[in-house]
Amino acid sequence: MSDIASRVKAIIVDKLGVDENEVVAEASFTNDLGADSLDTVELIMEFEKEFDIQIPDDQAENIATVGQAVSYIEEAKA
Amino acid sequence: MELKRVVITGMGALTPIGNNLQEYWEGLIAGKSGAAPITYFDTEHFKTKFACEVKNFNVQDFIDRKEARRMDRFAQYALVAGDEAIADSGLDTDSVDKYRVGVIWGAGIGGLETFQEEVKSFANGNGTPRFNPFFIPKMIADIAPAHISIKYGFMGPNYTTVSACASSANAMLDALNYIRLGHCDVIVTGGSEAAVTQAGMGGFNAMHALSTRNESPETASRPFDGTRDGFVLGEGAGALVLEEYEYAKARGAKIYAEVIGGGFSSDAYHMTAPHPEGTGVIAVMKNTLQNAGINPEDVDHINTHGTSTPLGDVAELKAIKAVFGDHAPNISINSTKSMTGHLLGAAGAVESIASVMAIQEGIVPPTINHTTVDENIDPSLKLVLNQPEKREVKVALSNTFGFGGHNCCIAFRKI
Repeated sequence: MSDIASRVKAIIVDKLGVDENEVVAEASFTNDLGADSLDTVELIMEFEKEFDIQIPDDQAENIATVGQAVSYIEEAKA
Repeated sequence: MELKRVVITGMGALTPIGNNLQEYWEGLIAGKSGAAPITYFDTEHFKTKFACEVKNFNVQDFIDRKEARRMDRFAQYALVAGDEAIADSGLDTDSVDKYRVGVIWGAGIGGLETFQEEVKSFANGNGTPRFNPFFIPKMIADIAPAHISIKYGFMGPNYTTVSACASSANAMLDALNYIRLGHCDVIVTGGSEAAVTQAGMGGFNAMHALSTRNESPETASRPFDGTRDGFVLGEGAGALVLEEYEYAKARGAKIYAEVIGGGFSSDAYHMTAPHPEGTGVIAVMKNTLQNAGINPEDVDHINTHGTSTPLGDVAELKAIKAVFGDHAPNISINSTKSMTGHLLGAAGAVESIASVMAIQEGIVPPTINHTTVDENIDPSLKLVLNQPEKREVKVALSNTFGFGGHNCCIAFRKI
């Protein structure tokens, strides 16, 4: 697992209180990991803080799974 | 229309002297102080360095970690005490008509720590607002009863009353009146507060409201004592299940006591200072006697507001003398704030629980830390000092007053 992926995973485990094993690439924040609309906003903000990036709202809407978050951040940091 | 009778069928407490009803009561009759140096933050630069914190409380013993993280402490306390009261009532929460069960809560401030931390983080940033999406829903004072209703599915009236230190007394009186009028069968009521924070301590210190007896925290809350120097901030929650009498009887519920009435008044005098003649306080006790349909000589016990401030304690006792006259010396008067500290918006609820337990157990808890007579206090009054008093209590009053001049009083009767 890349460094980015493991840091993303740690944030999700912490904020959503889910088991590490559930945080797989295809897991959807809302459908699989129990996030509501407020959790999702909080996750995006945590990603921004952790990786020192800005995720505009219209792009945040497209980040619905763990894998999408990792890809977005990897691209932003590339 | 005839008003319904209202009884108490469940209680829960999370306090600085005990983390459940049983521990709280044992602490009260043992004369236990909840005051100690503050552990939540560094008090080096604070004038007052102690408070009555809730102790040995691990929220994850009660609330799932993810849920707990979405709540300020004041809401966590509400849910924990509410759970205890509901379980204690034996109410079958699945079979009740959920539209006829409400939650009416009291909180003087709400999520003060959440507010403080979010604003600090904004102030330390570059001006870009990066507030957490849970900031507002964690902070707002009405979120506590919302969490209780979400957990149990109670769909009746749901809100929080705000009248500073009288908040939960206002909540209980609203609950009483909704049931009296037939709007609800059951209301979970009470209050919670968690203001032992930098902003809370700093703010109350700025008002010169808090005791600064840093060398002896456990003796600092000393209502009626000649050397009292201010209140001691407390935190926690008290919850009570109020229920229509026939409804409670029909389901065979245990009944602690009847809530026979209550009163409201306002000092209309000053933002924070009590009226020196106690006119609002006199009015609230008179209103309560009238509302409850009782005479002054029916009252056996008063749990005073008695915060341990120089002005407030004397004004309240003068008012008791004025209302009860020749009967005043027969009334056992105490202030349990000597042990719990001042729980602000939760005070009315936790002190009502103390009054109800006094009725139930025939013991009036003491006002601890009394060493020096205050010459301004009428010596004929029967203050219960340092030791609990065993006596029959048929009718008890609980007084609660808030900054802003809000006064509430609630009357309980043995059943």
